[in-house]
Amino acid sequence: MASQLLNVSALSAGTEDKPILHSVDLAVGAGECHVLMGPNGAGKSTLGHVIMGDPAYRVTGGRIEFDGADVTELSADKRSLAGIFLSYQAPVEVPGVPLYSFLRTICQKRPELKTTARKFRTRVGEIADQLELDQSFLMRELNVGFSGGEKKKIEMLQLLLLQPKLAILDETDSGLDVDALGIVSRGIQAYREQVSGALIVITHNTRILERLEVDRTHVMVKGRMVAEGPAELIAQIDANGFERFERGDEQGEACAECPGCPKAGDAE
Amino acid sequence: MSDQRRRTQVADVNRSLYDFTKSEEGYERYDDGLTPEIVRAISEKKDEPAWMLEMRLRALDLYHARPMAPNWGPSIAGLDLDHISTYVSPKTKQAKSWDDVPADIKDTFERLGIPEAERESLAGVGAQYDSEIVYHNMRDDVAKQGVVYTTIEDALHDPQWEPVVHEYFGTLIPPTDHKFAALHYAVWSGGSFVYVPAGVTLPYPLQSYFRLNAAGAGQFEHTLIIVEPGADLHFIEGCSAPKYYEANLHAGAVELFVKDGARLRYSTIENWSKNMYNLNTKRATIGADAKMEWVSGSFGSHVSYLYPTTIMAGDRGSCEFTGITFAGATQDLDTGCKVIMNGADTTASVSTKSISKDGGVNTFRSSVVIGRHADRARCSVSCQSLMLDDISRSDTIPAMDVRNATAQVGHEATIGRISDDTVLYLMSRGCSEAEARTLVVNGFANPVSKELPMEYAVEMNNLIKLEMEGAIG
Repeated sequence: MASQLLNVSALSAGTEDKPILHSVDLAVGAGECHVLMGPNGAGKSTLGHVIMGDPAYRVTGGRIEFDGADVTELSADKRSLAGIFLSYQAPVEVPGVPLYSFLRTICQKRPELKTTARKFRTRVGEIADQLELDQSFLMRELNVGFSGGEKKKIEMLQLLLLQPKLAILDETDSGLDVDALGIVSRGIQAYREQVSGALIVITHNTRILERLEVDRTHVMVKGRMVAEGPAELIAQIDANGFERFERGDEQGEACAECPGCPKAGDAE
Repeated sequence: MSDQRRRTQVADVNRSLYDFTKSEEGYERYDDGLTPEIVRAISEKKDEPAWMLEMRLRALDLYHARPMAPNWGPSIAGLDLDHISTYVSPKTKQAKSWDDVPADIKDTFERLGIPEAERESLAGVGAQYDSEIVYHNMRDDVAKQGVVYTTIEDALHDPQWEPVVHEYFGTLIPPTDHKFAALHYAVWSGGSFVYVPAGVTLPYPLQSYFRLNAAGAGQFEHTLIIVEPGADLHFIEGCSAPKYYEANLHAGAVELFVKDGARLRYSTIENWSKNMYNLNTKRATIGADAKMEWVSGSFGSHVSYLYPTTIMAGDRGSCEFTGITFAGATQDLDTGCKVIMNGADTTASVSTKSISKDGGVNTFRSSVVIGRHADRARCSVSCQSLMLDDISRSDTIPAMDVRNATAQVGHEATIGRISDDTVLYLMSRGCSEAEARTLVVNGFANPVSKELPMEYAVEMNNLIKLEMEGAIG
């Protein structure tokens, strides 16, 4: 499907000593919103990191195409500049690097975002207000001493500033209180509206999805895609959990119960 | 290896800014080695008072009496003093205008940015080339306030200041202190004498720059600064040298007298070449309610032994030491500081950072002594090290001698490396791997660089950038 924004095909990857992803397929069209669900340890975050180009994982098979180009061998910075964004589950603290100058640096690296210092300041200020982030944060060191919720807001700030074509949100909702969750959800919505960006939302929790129009839902178990379906699949999982998929992974038949599952009938 | 897995290859530091040499043709160069004749010749050339010659000769005896190798710290076995020339004088007189400085020497300082900094942000400049000061000047308005900024040699020839030099010179760092202090007093030449009268605040810093051009030579400048009660001075010292294959030696002495209620900030950026043995001694004594601030950046030299010392004699004095060292291939830098707190309610804060890479060795050595009378003295020592690879080394050796039960002392040390997670995080936002690493290292150094004068902060950031971005493919 050459028209897809992201096309992951038969992707296998793992750490040096442990395979994690087994022949994973995932296709995301421009502007689509996909949800990736699965029990703990299913390999969802790994998939997100491999798509971003984390060198901690080795790709052993398959390929990743983004925006018409094979990016499987590209380093993370090149993928970032090409338009992939990964919002971290636990954003890293970088002492001594002021948030504001960091934001300026990463924007100036993108020809389409280069702007004057004054316009940049205005833009950052607007987004910070939108995320109810006190502007004093901008002068602080990148993520240093920030609470979990503040770190997630900083991730959203970068998302809105960088305007990537694809954003992978790795459990962005974890550890957020109700208020922060609302603000982050609004940030995600703003990204969808302003940039028409595509999303892969990795989550355990359906709450963050309430405000989003989901196009496709994918279920991963033990490093394999075991189900794919429309948004309604989320409600099913919410009600019944992952148990049947887990069973299905072993027995290779339960997928037939899920609407639209590509694995239906596949003997694995 | 795939693109994203390749790790930064860091080349040897690009020192092209410093690595240019000028001919010494026609210079006065005394024989290598150390004899009473050489010491007498230096003294005679300077036309010194008798007491100074006596001090030199006494120091020479002390020097010969002391064993060469220290039984601690980095090896100085590569330093053969029989082949180090202790006095090399460029063929010029000290000038008050850059136009009167010989073209090649002027070019050297132009390339180091000294005249430009002088025009923009300094109250006075002294520039030493090998053994002698070639340029010395101070703004008139500063001179009118009674501030004296000159060479020790000139002060010795001034009937008003000769007794002052005699009173202070060699009292804070005596020739008996250690072998290289003895050597220093035997052959010292050049350096600065600064006197700030009571209550005077200098609006801009004074800066002395020390350039060692001659190969196989030593530089032994003496800096003597007296800040009278209530006065305020910022003094900047810069040092560099081109690279030679012969060993060079720097054994300067810095004696700082900060009187009651006065403040002195002493900033140094040392960027000697990697054939330099930097065996420098710096010491300050501060009075009641006085403040001493050290800002120290050490990037160069093959071996350094450097521990600026603050003696807090009066009550309520305070001392801050902020330092950073960067050790690359072939470098063994043993640095730190000493604080001696004898007054009540004195405070001291020591914060150092070290970065090691390519097998460079950093050792942080500190000594805090809190005397019996230092009631409620407070001292905190923090030492952070960053190692950029598996072959470098970083050690922390803090010593604390606390003799007052009401004193509060704290020490913390951390040793870390750049985590792959941090690099990936920054790369996932579009920074190249080299940029990501540079960001982390600059961030690590940031608390120090923001204490430096602007042009030195820029220089330091550039040095780090050059070190980090070496040869990424």
